[in-house]
Amino acid sequence: MSHDHDHPSYLQHHFDTPEQQFTSSKLGMWLFLATEVLMFGGLFCAYSVYRGNHPEIFMYAHQFLDTKLGAINTVVLLCSSLTMAWAVRAAQLGQKRLLPFMLILTLAGAFGFMGIKYIEYSSKFDHGLLWARAYEPHEEGHHGDDHGDGHEAGAADHGAAHDGGDDHGDADHNGAADHNGASDHNGDAAHEAAAGDHGGEQAEALPDGVLEILPSGLKVEKSTIAPPGSAPSGTVLTVSDDGHGEHHGPEPEKTKVFFSIYFLMTGLHGIHVLGGIVVIFWLLFKSLGGAFGPEYYTPVDLVGLYWHLVDLIWIFLFPLLYLIH
Amino acid sequence: MSTPETKRGGLPHQPPGNTLGKENYLNASRGFLSWALTLDHKRIGLMYLVSILTAFLGGGLAALYVRTELIAPGQTLGDADMYNQAFTLHGAIMVFLFIIPGIPAALGNFVLPLLLGAKDVAFPRLNLASYWLWVCGAIFAVISLATGGVDTGWTFYTPYSSSTTTSVIPIVTGVFILGFSSIFTGLNFIVTTHKLRPKNMGWFNMPLVMWALYSTAIIQVLATPVLAITLLLLIAERAMGIGIFDPALGGDAVLFQHFFWFYSHPAVYIMILPAMGIISELIAVFSRKHIFGYTFIAYSSVAIAIFGFIVWGHHMFTSGQSDLLNMIFAALTFSVSIPSAIKIWNWLATLYKGSISWDTPMLYALSFIILFTIGGLTGLFLGMLAVDVFLHDTYFVVAHFHYVMFGGTVIAFLGGLFYWWPKMTGRMYSETSGRLSAALIFIGFNLTFFIQFILGSQGMPRRYFDYLPRYEFYHQVSTIGAYITALGFMVAAYSLAMSLVRGKLAPANPWGGNSLEWHTTSPPPLHNFEGEPRSDDPYDYGDWKWDDSVEGFVRKDAEATA
Repeated sequence: MSHDHDHPSYLQHHFDTPEQQFTSSKLGMWLFLATEVLMFGGLFCAYSVYRGNHPEIFMYAHQFLDTKLGAINTVVLLCSSLTMAWAVRAAQLGQKRLLPFMLILTLAGAFGFMGIKYIEYSSKFDHGLLWARAYEPHEEGHHGDDHGDGHEAGAADHGAAHDGGDDHGDADHNGAADHNGASDHNGDAAHEAAAGDHGGEQAEALPDGVLEILPSGLKVEKSTIAPPGSAPSGTVLTVSDDGHGEHHGPEPEKTKVFFSIYFLMTGLHGIHVLGGIVVIFWLLFKSLGGAFGPEYYTPVDLVGLYWHLVDLIWIFLFPLLYLIH
Repeated sequence: MSTPETKRGGLPHQPPGNTLGKENYLNASRGFLSWALTLDHKRIGLMYLVSILTAFLGGGLAALYVRTELIAPGQTLGDADMYNQAFTLHGAIMVFLFIIPGIPAALGNFVLPLLLGAKDVAFPRLNLASYWLWVCGAIFAVISLATGGVDTGWTFYTPYSSSTTTSVIPIVTGVFILGFSSIFTGLNFIVTTHKLRPKNMGWFNMPLVMWALYSTAIIQVLATPVLAITLLLLIAERAMGIGIFDPALGGDAVLFQHFFWFYSHPAVYIMILPAMGIISELIAVFSRKHIFGYTFIAYSSVAIAIFGFIVWGHHMFTSGQSDLLNMIFAALTFSVSIPSAIKIWNWLATLYKGSISWDTPMLYALSFIILFTIGGLTGLFLGMLAVDVFLHDTYFVVAHFHYVMFGGTVIAFLGGLFYWWPKMTGRMYSETSGRLSAALIFIGFNLTFFIQFILGSQGMPRRYFDYLPRYEFYHQVSTIGAYITALGFMVAAYSLAMSLVRGKLAPANPWGGNSLEWHTTSPPPLHNFEGEPRSDDPYDYGDWKWDDSVEGFVRKDAEATA
C-alpha cells in the first residue's frame, strides 16, 4: 500500500484523513473514560450501600482523616488540571517550549499529590488505622514498639481465628456487641488514660492482662483489637493529625470497614494518578522531541482528558470520605 | 498493489477470486513474530479463533467429566471436590474464555472491518493488546488449576468464594484481565463502526451483524468495568479482608450478587447478541431473499442491549430481595422477550417463501432458531416469580441457560464459522461432514438438555454431586446426549481440519452474500480490498448469479464485462 502521497507520518494507514484519526482517537478515549467512571461507580455504589447501612461508622471514623491535607491535595490536583489544560492549549498553538514546561508543572502537581497521600497513608499505618483485617488502632505515643506490637497482635489474631474455628474477627464483634452498653465509660477511661503520661506504659502492660476480662460467654478471650484502651470495642482515639478531633464518641462496631473503603477508594485513585504520571512523562519525552504541534496533538489532548477524570474522581472522593457531617 | 516477488502462480482448479498461493493476508509476511505482533485484524481474529477453540476443548472436556460423573448416583469418577472443581472449570472457561470473546473477538475481528469495507479496526494495537490480555487471562486460569483448582462455580458468590481455601484469587485475577480484553475489543468495535464506515454506508445500510456487534460492544464497554471492580473487591476481600461482602463485618454478601449480575446479565447478551447478528445474515443469504424487517431487527439489537442492563435482579429472586424489587425485575425481564421475539418472527418471515438451501451454515442457523426459541420461552418460566421459587437452582435453570448459550450462541458461532471459513482460509469444507456435524450436535444437544428441563421440574438441584436413584434415567440420557454432542464437535473439527488439507479452493463468494466481505478475494489481501469497495444494500442478492465453472457466485455485471 502506498503511504507516500501526502500522508503525514502520524497518519496510520487505515485512516483516510487526520481528522478521521483524531475524532476516532477522541471517541475511543471518551469510551475508555466511560469505563473508568463505571468502574469507580461500582466502588461508589459499595460505599453508598455500606454507608446507608452503617451511617454511624462514617460519622465516627471520618474524623481520623486529615481534612487539611485532603483539602491541600484537592487544590494541588485542581492546579495540575489547570496546567494540563494549559499544556493541551500550548500543543494546539504550537508553543513548543511552553508545552514541556506545563507538563513538568502537571507532573509536579501529581508528585505533590502522591507525596501528601504518602504522608496521610503513613500516619494511618502508624496508628494501625488500616483495612478491616489489619485494623489495630493504637495511640501515637509509642512509635518504637509499633512493629513489635503489630506482630504480637497479628499473631494473637491468628490464634483467635483458629480457636474460633470460623470467621476471623467474628469473636471481636460479639465481644463488642456485648460491651456496647458499657463502652461509654470504658471509652472515657481510655481517653483519660491516653491523655495522661501513662499512655505508653499502659499500652505495654495491656495486651496480656486486659483481654482475659471479657465476660462474654463466647470464645472471646483472645480478642485482639484491644489497643491501649481497656475494652476492645470502646477504644477512643484522640485525633492527633489535625489537632481538633471534634467528638470522641464511643467507637461504633465495624469502624474498621470505613478504613477498608478509604484505602480501596483512595488506593485505586492513587494507582490512576501513578498511571497518569507515567503517561505524562511519556508526553514530556515526546514533546521535548517536538512531536506535537497544531497539526498533531492527539496524545496531549487524550492524556489531558484522562487527567481531568482522575482529578474529577478525587473531587468526589474528598467530600465523601473527609467532609462527613 | 502487487509487486513481482509476491505475485506467485495460482494452484490447480483455482477459481477467480481465490488467492491461495498468490498474495493474501496469510502469506503477506512470515514467521512467528509476524503473527504474534501482527496488527492485522484478520490475523488477530484467527489467533483468537485458535485460542478460544483450545479453551472450548478444555471446557468441553470438563463438561464431559461432569456428565460422566453424573451417569450414576454416588461417586463414579472422582470425589465430590473434584466434581465441584470440574463444573467450576467448565463454567468459568466456557463463559469467560470462550463464549464472551467467541463471536466478537474471533469471528467479529475477522469480519467487522471487511463488512465495513475498512482496512482495519480503528485501533489495531489495542486489538493486539486485547488478544494478549486474553492469553494472560488464560494463563491465570491455568495457574488456578495448577494450584489446586476452584470450587466456587463460575459465579464466585460470596461468602463462599471469600472463605473457601481453593485458589480463587488466580482465577478471579484471570477473569479481571479477560474483562479488559473484552473492553478493548468492544471499544475498538464502537469506534470502528462510528468512524470507519464508507461514506455511502449509513447506519441503516449496515449488515445486521454489524448492529449486533455494535450493540454487543456497547454492553462490553459499559458492563465489564463493573465486573472489574467487583472482582477487585473480591480479591481485596480475600487478600486483605476488607469486609464489604462479609456479613460478620456489616458487609452485604448479596451486594456481590448485585454487582456480579449487573455485569453478568448484560454479559449473557454479550454472548447472544452477536449470535443473533450472524443468524440474520445466514437466514437471509441461504433463503436468497431480502431480510424481512431490517429496521426492526436492527433496533431490537439495541433494545436488547438496553433492557439487558435493567433485569439483573431476576437472578436474585430467592436471595432475599424485597418483594417489590422482585416484581419490578420480573416485569422488566418479560420486556426483554419482546425484542427477542421480534427477531425470531422476522427470521421466520424471511424464510417464508424463500429459496432455502440446506448448506451447513443454514442448518446451524435453523437449529439456532429452534433451540433459542425453546431457551427463550423457558426463560419466561424462570422470570415468573411464583414459578422461579420452585425452579431456582434446579436443572431447569441449567437447561434454560444451555439452550440459550449453547443452543443459541455456540450453534450460531459454528454457523458463522462454517459460513466465513472459505473467506478466512480460501478452502471449502466437505458439505457432507459439515451437515453431519450440524445434525449430530442438534440431536446430541437436545438429548442432553431437553431432559434436564424435566429433571429440574422434578426437583433435581443443580451442581449436586449425588442424586436420588429416581433421577438416574434422566441423568443417563443426558450423559449419552453429551457424548453424541462431543462426537458432533469432533466431526465438525474433522470437517474443518480436512478442508485445510484437501478442501476445494473457495471462490470469492461461495454463498451469494452481498455484504462487503464477499466483494473481496478469499482469503482477502492484507489491506482487505483492491480499491474502494462499493457498498449497496447488503441484502439485495439480485446482482449475483451462480456460476458452475467457479462453483460460486459471480456478479452479473462483472460477467458482462469479462
